[in-house]
Amino acid sequence: MANRPLPKLDAVNRDFWTGGEQGELRIYHCGDCGTWVHPPRPVCRNCLSENVAPEAVPGTATVDTFTINHQPFMRDMEVPFVIARVALDGAPGVFLTTNIVNCPVEDVNIGDKVKVTFLQEEDVWLPLFEKIGEDA
Amino acid sequence: MADSEAYITGIGQSEVGVRLTRHPLLLTVDAVKEALDDAGLTIDQIDGVSTYPGRMPIFLGFSPIGADELIDALGIKPTWYAGGGEISSQLGAVVEAVGAIKQGLARHIICFRTVYEAAALSRPEEFPPMRRDRVDGGQQWTAPFNAISAANWIGQFAMRHFRKYGMTREQLAQIALTDTANSAKNPRALVREPLTMDKYMSSRMISEPFCLYDCDRFTDASTVLIVSAGDALGEVKTTPVRVAASAGTVERYSWDQAEWVAAYPTGRDLWKNTDYTAEDVDVAQLYDGFSFNAVTWLEGLGFCKVGEAGDFLEGGKRIALDGELPVNTGGGQLGGGRLHGFGFAHEAVVQLRGEGGERQVANDPKVAVATSGGGPLATALLLAKD
Repeated sequence: MANRPLPKLDAVNRDFWTGGEQGELRIYHCGDCGTWVHPPRPVCRNCLSENVAPEAVPGTATVDTFTINHQPFMRDMEVPFVIARVALDGAPGVFLTTNIVNCPVEDVNIGDKVKVTFLQEEDVWLPLFEKIGEDA
Repeated sequence: MADSEAYITGIGQSEVGVRLTRHPLLLTVDAVKEALDDAGLTIDQIDGVSTYPGRMPIFLGFSPIGADELIDALGIKPTWYAGGGEISSQLGAVVEAVGAIKQGLARHIICFRTVYEAAALSRPEEFPPMRRDRVDGGQQWTAPFNAISAANWIGQFAMRHFRKYGMTREQLAQIALTDTANSAKNPRALVREPLTMDKYMSSRMISEPFCLYDCDRFTDASTVLIVSAGDALGEVKTTPVRVAASAGTVERYSWDQAEWVAAYPTGRDLWKNTDYTAEDVDVAQLYDGFSFNAVTWLEGLGFCKVGEAGDFLEGGKRIALDGELPVNTGGGQLGGGRLHGFGFAHEAVVQLRGEGGERQVANDPKVAVATSGGGPLATALLLAKD
């Protein structure tokens, strides 16, 4: 899947998009009330504290839902591939849109356990996920 | 004020097509003229304009004409106007107009939505496409994973519904089949051939569980609704249709953080603002940019319980023109064209006035619902003929 649109890095999102360089998936976390804040913002959406900072999470997750995309919406888009929404372990309430990779597209199911793997494209480390277990 | 209610008093629509060459401002003027003639109003009686999402220079085909441009082109002298994208979805522009009317800020407001996506894509030299070097805002959380299309986002909600409640593709197909059965009877509709189940089931997949026929396609057209004050009804010649209630909500404005689509909270909220109930609705115009959006509206508005839309749709009889709840009588967006929300309110008014011709539902409908959106944001209008 070449030719992905890449995010424009800024002060707030940089840790998320580059943590993969150190093998870390980093999510904003409130130091006062413990809420995980994603998309990252410099304020807690629960208690409005500004004591929020990126923190590494385990990198495992559960597939919340998914779709198999068959349509080449852009030039050079290789299809089919899986787009999934995963619920992160260790960061209650946070979901990521991602791709499930390294398995046949028909093998993905809601409830599958998955683990992060990073794909570097230019100065960005995209958190993709691969299966580590079946639907519980 | 004698009557602080707001009414839809005029409707208009341009030619509906794909890759039209008529300028989008002229399509808009066509729709305005038809709506003025319909209402029996003249342009100098118009004192308000409302549109969604306003002019969008980043992709001109999505919204080529802003409120300001129309105001200037037609010499309107507004006492109130609005155009913006950060509202509760397309028909939110009508909700805003209703609010302005109820506050006495204007008497006759032109609400419009002009779409030109097919034309713009076919003439990139005239309508340059968006640059895609780097993405920011909400898009950055989906586009890097090649989740480019709303089909990918809504498709995931549909997949969860399929897996959780057992909906089948044959049940979902009833939206597209019903839409195209109805659009075949609508002289302005984009699709004039009814779809068959065989054709649906054998078409290529776009983003599972959506196939080609679950997705609307880019259309060029303008749709206009005139919203008028109750104490100005003496100036119009049509049967006014009252905006009996409205609701508009946003789930988390983030496709991957929202638990469900906004059709559910919006549908629930609609009934808080009225004595009518879902059982009073005679005809339903349910946003179907993707077929599954209509499913979420069926459930969200309470026409069936959450998770039971599959059974409700089975066989398609309930939602047919002669069914217990006729849905998308003009063809919706899958049959009528991607009029981007406004087509639903337009068709609701047609039906309440009894002007649907071949597609008119029987038994003199009195109450209609029209919706737009259903991803992270959504709007519902309840329209009544008093």
